[in-house]
Amino acid sequence: MSCKSCNLERKELSPDVTWKDITEGGTIADAGNAVLIKTGEWRSKRPVWLKDKCKQCLLCFPVCPDSSIPVNSEGNREDFDYDHCKGCGICVKVCPFKAIDFVDEG
Amino acid sequence: MAIRERMSGNEAVAFAMKQINPDVVAAFPITPSTEIPQYFSTYVSNGEVDTEFIAVESEHSAMSACIGAQAAGGRAMTATSANGLALMWECLYIAACSRLPIVMAVVNRTMSGPLNIHNDHSDSMGARDSGWIQLYSENNQEAYDNMLMAHRIAEHPSVMLPVMVCQDGFITSHAVENIELVEDDKVKAFVGEYNPVHYLLNRDNPISMGPLDHFTHTFEHKRQQAQAMMNAKNVILEVAREFEKLTGRKYGFFEEYRTEDAETVIVVLNSTAGTVKYVVDQMRKEGKKVGLIKPRVYRPFPVDEIASALSRFKAIAVMDKADSFNAAGGPLFTDVTSAMYAKSVFGPKVINYIYGLGGRDVRTDDIELVFNNLLKIVETGEVGSVYNYLGVRE
Repeated sequence: MSCKSCNLERKELSPDVTWKDITEGGTIADAGNAVLIKTGEWRSKRPVWLKDKCKQCLLCFPVCPDSSIPVNSEGNREDFDYDHCKGCGICVKVCPFKAIDFVDEG
Repeated sequence: MAIRERMSGNEAVAFAMKQINPDVVAAFPITPSTEIPQYFSTYVSNGEVDTEFIAVESEHSAMSACIGAQAAGGRAMTATSANGLALMWECLYIAACSRLPIVMAVVNRTMSGPLNIHNDHSDSMGARDSGWIQLYSENNQEAYDNMLMAHRIAEHPSVMLPVMVCQDGFITSHAVENIELVEDDKVKAFVGEYNPVHYLLNRDNPISMGPLDHFTHTFEHKRQQAQAMMNAKNVILEVAREFEKLTGRKYGFFEEYRTEDAETVIVVLNSTAGTVKYVVDQMRKEGKKVGLIKPRVYRPFPVDEIASALSRFKAIAVMDKADSFNAAGGPLFTDVTSAMYAKSVFGPKVINYIYGLGGRDVRTDDIELVFNNLLKIVETGEVGSVYNYLGVRE
């Protein structure tokens, strides 16, 4: 990931970047990089996908504010992206089949 | 040949803005700076500029619009005074930390309350730590010249910080004086085009500006911003040298007036420096060794240069047209004295006068009183009161 018109690199967003290398004003030099920030660490409760109960109705994935319910090319949902799921529980509420459990993080 | 004219400070600044021809001017009227957007909107209506003029609903919106325009890749300008500047408060910090080289004319007026439209420096002094470069102007000529230099300083790749150009409300903004203007084509060549490296409307290189920063990165950004302010010192002098080649008018961090053999000096900003020059001339005729130091650049504060210049004198009065309400002196006084202490300049006696608040007239006999007190300090070695008020009814 790098900027086309200059030498901005991914390292300039990393946690160990120095003040001399960091981008001016916090400018992020390219698009679609929220994936770099692992917000899953913020989670206090974890949704657990109960595959046997899931009917693949897909009501859960559009309500996820963090795009953490991946849908594959066959149109089926897969397991949670725990690197980015913040544990808000909206998917748990919306599931009509109680196919998502909601448990405390350890 | 330069153009001889006569103009008020407001018109001079508006005229500079016309010659600069920025992409966007967003402004809300407030006395005594109202005339600047007023003149400028006339230039817009007459087709004399290509600028998009945004008549916003508040100063908060004015600065927000400037931030948006500058972030998009344009050159944005505005003007304000007093409570208008205060209403821009949070946006000032965002403009500076986002490294957006906006240029703003500040026509100094006292901060309410009590409600008062007249001149002191409490507005811009309140913004002294917002991360903006601050240039002060003694008269219409200096306000005009500072405006022409402002973009060159602000937009320098090693700086990228916003600049406010300050002049005294009414005293400078509304008084018509002679002025020497630079020709349009020369201004255009001097100011140049604004070509930012990163900007939001560059579709070949999409960026995000102003993201959440947190404790993981904010300190690094602040440190980088501080460096930009340090870098600005050299840039300000470089631009001044180039401006001198263009106009013959010389600018530095501060002006020294008849200081060669002076024993006592007054340090003062903006229009009062003109009054002090007159008094210096009068007292020099009586053989009194008095002089003036007039800071032009207050942010960045020229610590080394001020301390070194002041080390030659025996007694110094720093005059503040704003009170810090810290029970220990005004902002210019605390900056000057801390510069001296940091540079081990312990020789001169230094006192502070808070003066002219809310537009209280500052007369030549007020200035004489200050010099006479300084001369007495030199004679007796006794400082007496350090923190003083000048011209208030006791």
